[in-house]
Amino acid sequence: MTTEALYQELILEHNRKPRNFREMENADRKIEGRNPLCGDALTLWVKMDGDSIADVSFKGQGCAISKASASLMTTAVKGKTRDEAEHLFERFHDLVLGTLPESEQASLGSLRALGGVSRFPLRVKCASLAWHALRAALEQGEGEVSTEREGPEPPPLEGA
Amino acid sequence: MIVDRVDFPLLAMQPDLHYLDSAATSQKPRAVLDAMMDYYTHDNANPHRGAYALSARATDCYHRARERIARFVGVHDIDRLIFTRGTTESLNLVAAAWGRTNIGAGDEIVVTGLEHHANFVPWQQIANEKGARLVICRLTDDGRVDVDHFRSLVGTRTKVVAFSHVSNALGTINPVEELSAIARRVGAVVVIDGAQAAPHLPLRLDDLDVDFYAFSGHKMLGPMGSGVLVGKRELLEAMPPYQTGGDMIEFVGDERSSWNVLPHKFEAGTPNVGDAVGLAAACEYLDRVGMDAVRRHEETITALASERLRAVGDVRIYGPPPAERSGVVSFTVGDIHPHDLATILDEDGVCIRAGHHCAQPLMRRLNVPATARASFYVYSDESDVDALVAGVERARAVFAG
Repeated sequence: MTTEALYQELILEHNRKPRNFREMENADRKIEGRNPLCGDALTLWVKMDGDSIADVSFKGQGCAISKASASLMTTAVKGKTRDEAEHLFERFHDLVLGTLPESEQASLGSLRALGGVSRFPLRVKCASLAWHALRAALEQGEGEVSTEREGPEPPPLEGA
Repeated sequence: MIVDRVDFPLLAMQPDLHYLDSAATSQKPRAVLDAMMDYYTHDNANPHRGAYALSARATDCYHRARERIARFVGVHDIDRLIFTRGTTESLNLVAAAWGRTNIGAGDEIVVTGLEHHANFVPWQQIANEKGARLVICRLTDDGRVDVDHFRSLVGTRTKVVAFSHVSNALGTINPVEELSAIARRVGAVVVIDGAQAAPHLPLRLDDLDVDFYAFSGHKMLGPMGSGVLVGKRELLEAMPPYQTGGDMIEFVGDERSSWNVLPHKFEAGTPNVGDAVGLAAACEYLDRVGMDAVRRHEETITALASERLRAVGDVRIYGPPPAERSGVVSFTVGDIHPHDLATILDEDGVCIRAGHHCAQPLMRRLNVPATARASFYVYSDESDVDALVAGVERARAVFAG
């Protein structure tokens, strides 16, 4: 397995120019996603229109995989209902774990570019971080929570 | 390299592997594995207990391991050498047993911005518990402790200063004598995290005026789960125990108990004899190589790696010059995230660490989320540096786009 399969051109391109990479002032949900093992951190903003995701954006720091995955996710879920987004996450998660049947992969569109992650088990969390943040945003309503645990937002990253 | 790679079964069986993560854990020579195998094959029993010859042999193995390790780090009074699970447990022992008794509201604990979480979080927690203040010393731009700032922080309220002998993330070798002398002037207790020093520098702890010195076996060719705390006898004797239970008691009454003498007072439960024997064998191996030779080798290879990496464009190296650094090169390459770099290097069989190195306070001060870290040891050689540099160049090509 070569890293070329992991770092496909689409991934590299989304890493260089992430889509929806901005703060959102009129968001009604905001989630801090953290990967405590590697220190990757992103903030996800969501604006709902009834049961649908009207707008979604993110900012943060992380590896190419986590950044590209967050970027691709924002383009994939905009306009989707809560249930559709949840269903998409389930299939995406199967893809990066390597358990999604070949026949179902086409329905994932450009998200398929992250299929190579399944050969790099240590990187599955990088690819899933933004999706976990999205799930928390959709399930836990308003407020700020960590994706890693229930409870208050972890302390900010600024130095003491 | 200054040892034969054949001495290390894992490296001998994987000739294409470039193991550059020895600051995380070292590989183990056959001599260490054999010593542990011998112990379990011929001498294993619960020490200090049975009135039979085998238990006496196990007790003897444990005692001789303590003697051997004490000799390696220059400690004459071997009862002040306590076995622990590792540096983390050693430092938690000090923070809990000494700290909880001696630190109170309004006291100050001085640490540095270089610390590994193991020498930071225990002090932060005891400070929060006791209403004491954790004071964090600034660093210079090249990742050394700012000694002037340290001097200004240490005062009459300072109860304890805790700092690393060598930084795990940058390799900075701190001026232990100078910093300890500053702490001594106000009577503060000095606690040293020696996890990255004991494997790489010659140590004479009896000559070092510090109160507690902690290190791990697994970073110095020994087994995981072995560690040491060396403490001043009078402090260890005055402190309450860390854990209670078997082996550490003198007499147990219905209402109260009394404690065994050093070192047993701090070694509750069945001791880890097998790993102590392994660590003693590691000390024997390192002494045969010679710790001065280890230090010279690491300085040479670190200088070489730094120079070769700097010749690659976009590489930024953190920390002081190699002469003031142990065998660690902490670096970033352009805006390639260190995790991506590590994944690409892994494909070439090059193992490096990427991330915050359990030193998030330091990463904030360097203003980077993470760095890549290549770390060297006795079995590292120029071919490892070649592979590292080639991998970095390949990563640049992948991300050039």
